[in-house]
This record gives sequence, structure tokens and C-alpha cells, in this order.
Amino acid sequence: MKTFRIGGVHPAENKLSAAEPIKVAELPKVAVYPMGQHIGAPAKPVVQKGDKVKVGTMIAEAGGFVSAPIFSGVSGTVLKVDTVVDASGYAKPAVYITVEGDEWEETIDRSETLVTLKDKPELTPEDIVNKIKAAGVVGMGGACFPTHVKLCPPPGAKPEWVIINAVECEPYLTADHRLMLEKADQILVGVDLLMKGGKVNKGFIGIEENKPDAIALLTEKAKASYPNIEIVPLKTKYPQGGEKQLIDAVVARQVPAPPAIPVNVGAIVQNVGTAYAVYEAVMKNKPLFERVVTVTGKSLAHPSNFLTRMGTPMSQLIDACGGLPADTGKVIGGGPMMGKALLNTEVPICKGSSGVLIMNETEARRGEAQPCIRCAKCVSACPMGLEPYLLATASSKQMWDKVEAEDITSCIECGSCQFTCPSHRPLLDNIRMGKQTVMGIIRSRQAAK
Amino acid sequence: MNVILIAVIVLAVLGFVLAGALYVMSKKFAVEEDPRIGQVAEVLPGANCGGCGFPGCGGMAAACVKAADAGSLEGLNCPVGGQATMEAIAGVLGMEVGASAPKLAVVRCNGTCANRPRTAVYDGVKSCRVAHTTCMGETACAYGCLGCGDCVAACQFGAIKMNPETGIPEVDATKCTSCGACAKACPRGIIEIRTVNGDNKDAFVVECVNKDKGAQAMKACAASCIGCKKCENACGSDAVHVEGNVAYINPEACTLCGQCFDACPRGTIASLSIKGINRKAIEKAAPKAAAPASGAAACAAPKAPSKEWKPIEIKYDAALLPSQQVLLAGPKDISNPAPAAKETTFEAKRTDAPLAPSQLILLGLK
Repeated sequence: MKTFRIGGVHPAENKLSAAEPIKVAELPKVAVYPMGQHIGAPAKPVVQKGDKVKVGTMIAEAGGFVSAPIFSGVSGTVLKVDTVVDASGYAKPAVYITVEGDEWEETIDRSETLVTLKDKPELTPEDIVNKIKAAGVVGMGGACFPTHVKLCPPPGAKPEWVIINAVECEPYLTADHRLMLEKADQILVGVDLLMKGGKVNKGFIGIEENKPDAIALLTEKAKASYPNIEIVPLKTKYPQGGEKQLIDAVVARQVPAPPAIPVNVGAIVQNVGTAYAVYEAVMKNKPLFERVVTVTGKSLAHPSNFLTRMGTPMSQLIDACGGLPADTGKVIGGGPMMGKALLNTEVPICKGSSGVLIMNETEARRGEAQPCIRCAKCVSACPMGLEPYLLATASSKQMWDKVEAEDITSCIECGSCQFTCPSHRPLLDNIRMGKQTVMGIIRSRQAAK
Repeated sequence: MNVILIAVIVLAVLGFVLAGALYVMSKKFAVEEDPRIGQVAEVLPGANCGGCGFPGCGGMAAACVKAADAGSLEGLNCPVGGQATMEAIAGVLGMEVGASAPKLAVVRCNGTCANRPRTAVYDGVKSCRVAHTTCMGETACAYGCLGCGDCVAACQFGAIKMNPETGIPEVDATKCTSCGACAKACPRGIIEIRTVNGDNKDAFVVECVNKDKGAQAMKACAASCIGCKKCENACGSDAVHVEGNVAYINPEACTLCGQCFDACPRGTIASLSIKGINRKAIEKAAPKAAAPASGAAACAAPKAPSKEWKPIEIKYDAALLPSQQVLLAGPKDISNPAPAAKETTFEAKRTDAPLAPSQLILLGLK
């Protein structure tokens, strides 16, 4: 069975909510929309205090080419345009909307009927990309890279395949898994649209073998009607969902160090949630304002998967799962490996919020850091072939030239090194700090040129 | 016998030839160095601290000679040796040196644990630099001191120390050489190298860098500047200005009249001197969020966490993970023996935890 070549770890899967069907979450009282929900320029608010909005009304326009508009997931009145603490802990500009009723924009097709490309053969690739762009679709896996940008390759790069990331290698999270089981047809249409939009003839859907039901279902459906889409079962290994790791696993090509991007080796990688969002955006005229979120944790009463309007505070979803357990140690936005501990459960669900994980006190506690014993486990675990012990130490000693020469910017911050370290050394903390500093140095150097 | 003789002769000849070559080369490729550089370097303290902004005392000496040739030693200052050293340098170079204003490192944050309630526990690497990049900190203020002590570690002169009671670093004005290492180490730019007056090192300083709007800053910290402009209006010499919701006193224009100190309703403006820092006592000091049932415990928490948080005896199962930095639940209240379960839960802490919004994306700062 295929997998990526170097590094990787095997964290306990803990997919507690894998058997829970997707429930529709209740509407919040006040929905909050941070303006920076994606990579690139933050969106610019186009509404003012007192404006009436409907479900699907654009509340912020894209701030540049690498950016995406933001749509209201609720109907009601704009309460204020202010700031909100997002998952980073720092406050960012945001639009607050008081929810009144549930009135949708008339342009959105709310029927359940499946629309395929055969029903709309007139769609050109440009139409598809424009609709995706206008609907504010971004990568739903967490990095939130605007989808239309990936479908417009830079000159000289020729995409050959669309690779759908249905790996969901993060422990605990099951949102993509449930989506595949419940919306398989729509996802396949979405993949078809992405292939047409990216002007390629071959699509792969990479799924880890720990989701045999999803593999079977999609394989069967793809065989029946989509001969160009191939389901690729992958050996379960973290971080297979990393873009470069997935390309390596599925088509055995390696993306060179930055500034090379996946399309330079012929791959357009999209998350499976993105494929579903693309289907809804193009076929149903529905902009991106809701997503599936896993709310999970060992102490939580009912780990669940929710179809949630964006802007809903995480606290509401936690309450819907039986409330915050008394032994809560950390609340994490995202999965346990790459997620971020939150300072506040009022953080709203954004385009990239794939999960909310409640860790109990025992789980949340970090081991005491011991001296490095030179076992090189971190080196073996690093999927990018870096030397984490070296990067961490050099970063903490502020040797920026050294860490830059050691390719710290290639680090994908997957946390495999820290996970595998028997001395509990805080490798990723230091590497993150070093990476960010080095990126700053590189940016200022480029600006000076 | 013959062998020994040959060896000696060969070595002797080799020695003479190479010595001659060395002599010729040392003459031909000699580097001309101004002899004054060596003389100036001898006057300098030789600490190589870099506080002057040059790479060590040699660099400073070369810069002094260059400046002397240009006609003035202005702008050059050895923070370690101070005025006496600069006068000695001027003597060596046959120059006059003007009186340079003394400078002092000033910590512009008074977010002590009494003033600024903790809303989270940071359990990552104990380094301000890392804390700043990976989480906002343990309080609702996104601008204030993180308290991990990068400045203390950076100081070569033992002039800055962490006060365990307040969790805020304190500068010893008698030891501070204003070399600027602490200011450079602070990822939030809280420490300022500030011009102070006279041997007493008198100055008035706004001890806050929080750029949030007044209401938010007030929620986060009892000693925060709320940008009310009372100091600006009180100042008779146009030295105080509020920019981006935070006041700043221009040391060049300040006449040390103390009007702003008296006018500040928050006790944010402090009066510095070599004896220490004098702050105005404000009665309604603790903000609402600072006085939950666990106020005292929250204050003690940074230095004396309850047993609950000691990182011992952890049985890691494979699911235990790296990426998170911040422990969410507030510190357990140790002084309050039987807190209602509801109150100590994360949820209860969260609902009254103030948001700390700001207009800037702080991660980009510095």
C-alpha cells in the first residue's frame, strides 16, 4: 500500500466520533466573522453597523488576488465591525451579526437534487474558477489557501492531476470521513469540477486505510460513473495529509524546496471538504458559509460531527456535546498534532476550523523537558528530512543564518519531532519561533532589494 | 655525526630563508592602522558588550578615531565607561566632548499579577520570544510583558531582575549601562532605552504600551493606559502625546514638572529616579476581572503554581501531543479551599474573561 517515503509517526487514532452522523448545529445568537480566515490579504468588510444581511450575503470582499470574500452564514443585523480574538490568541478585525430568523438569499439552490457536470455541460473551466472565487472557497483542511489561486497555475507550470486530500491523518478528527460517507456523490462531482477547472484529466482521492467504508463507497461510485477518478488507499501514517507528503504518496513525485509549489510537479491538491464546497458553490450557487466540524475529546459526553454555520462560537458546539467537562485541561482548535490551544471558547468557527478537541488535564499536560540524548528519533520522524534537534537548538540560540541554511523554512510544523521525542523536548516551539523569525528576515531582505 | 650536521645545516638554512620571506612580506603587505585606534582601545573598558552599537571595543575605538577625523565625537557613547571614558577618549584624540545625557533601560509595563489578572496558563518553552510567536500570553493584554525573562538573560551587567512578586522585570538604575541588550531581546518592544536627567536619572514614563481602545485596555489591566489624554492636556511643554490609544512622554521635551503624573487617573505614569520607581496609588486599582474569588491565587500563580500544575508523573499515552502551548483552564485556586465546581471550570473563567482586541496583528511586530 502506498505512503510517503521519509519520516512520519503513528499517533493513536482516537477517532471517537467516526460513527456519529453529521448533525446540523443550532444557529448562534450572535455570529462573528473574522476578516482573516484564509492565507493572504485579509478580506475588507463591505457592511456597516445596522445593515440587514441574509444567509449567503457577502459581508467582506477579497482583499487581493490571494484572498477570498466572506459570506454571512446567518440572517440578521450587523451589530458592529470590531475585533475578535481568533484562534491565534491575538485580536483581528471582525464583523458581528445579531441573528434574526433564517432567511436565505434567493439565488441559493436549497434543493437536495444532485446536479452533475452532465446536467450543465456548458460550464467552461473559467466559469468554474470564477464561481469558486466568487463563493469564497478556500482550502478546508486548515491552511485555508484560496482555492481559485491553486486552479490558476503560474506560467510554465502544467498541472497533470487533481489530488484530493481525504487522508484526515490528524487523530480525533472525523469531519472529512463523515462527509465522504454522507456526501459521496457531491464530492465526486466536486472533484470532477476541480478537474475541469484545473484543465486536467486525471483525479486521485487519497484515503487512509483506517477509513475502509469511505474507500469502498467512493471506489464503487467512482467506478460506476467517473472513470477518470481513482481512489488511492494509503497506509495510515501521520502527516500524510501534508500537501507534499500526499503528492509523494499518491504519485511518487517530490516537490522541491520553496519557492517551488506542488503545481510545479504537476499536482493540484485540494481537501475533500473543499471538493464538497466547490460542488455547492458551482452547482448550487451556495457560497462558503458552513462546514463540518468535529467536536471531540475523551472526557466529552457526546463527541459529534456538526454541520455548522461559520461564525458560531465554539462554546455553543461544546455545549451541544454535553458541555465542557470538569477536567478540561486544554481546548484545541483543530487536531491534537497541528491544532492550537485556544485562550477562549468564544472563538468563532471559521473556514479552516476542522475540529474542536477537548483534552483532559492528564492529556493536556506536557512532559518535563529532559536533555537531548542524541537518539535522532526526531530526524527519522521528520517527513521533510530536516534535523529538528539542530533547528530547535540553533533557533533558541538565535543563530538565524544557521537555521536558514538548514532549511527551516521547509518545516511544515507537523509536530512529528516533538511527538516522537523521548525527552519531551519542546522542539516545535523553538522551530516555530525560528521559522517565523527567519521568514521575517527573508521578507525584509526581499523588501530591501 | 655527518647526518646530524646535515640536518642542522638544512634546518638553519630553511629558517633563515623563511624568516627572510616573512620579513619581506610583513613589510610589503603591512596593514596600515592608525596608532590612535590602539590607544583609544586601551582607554575603553574592554568588556566587548556591544552596547555602543559597534562590534566590541575595537570597533568602537575605530569609530571614535574616524569620528575624530570628521571633527566631532557626537553620538558616540560608551555605556559601560560612561562620561569619564568618553572624556578620556577625547583626551587621547585631542577633542572636546560634550556632556552626553545619561540613558536608562525602562520597562514600560506595570502589568503585575495584581494589576493584570491571568486568564490562561502558558506551558510552553520559557522564553518570551517563543511565547510571543506561539501564543498571546497568559493575560488578556496582547502588548504587555510576557514575564519569561528574556531581558534578564540578555543583560550582561546583572542590572535587570525579575521581581517574583509582580512577575515584571525591574531595572537597577545604578547598574544599568543602557547598552540596549534587553530592549533588543524583548519581542514586544516594551523596554525603551530612555534619556534621563542628571545623576539622579530622573524621568517620567508611561508604563504601558497597550494600543487597545480604552475600554478593552481597562478590562485587561488595572495599570493600563486608556488613552484618555488627561496627561496630554495637563502637559505645559508639549511633551506628552497620545498616539494609537497610548500616551508617550518625549524625554527631550519633558521638563519633569510632574503635571502628567498628577493628572493620570490610572496611575500609569511613573516617576523614575536612581532610587527607584514612584507610582501614584490609585484606589480603585483592581479591574473587575482582577477580583474574582480567586484574585489572590491568580496573582500568585505565575511563580507558585498550585500542585496541580507541576509537570510530574505524567503517563503519556501515544495521543499526547506537542502543538499546544496554552493550558486553558485558569489556575486552580489554592487559597480558596472549596470552590464550587462550576466556578473553577474553564467555562466559568472564560465567560468573564475579557477579550483583548487590538488593531495590530502583533505577530508581525518586531
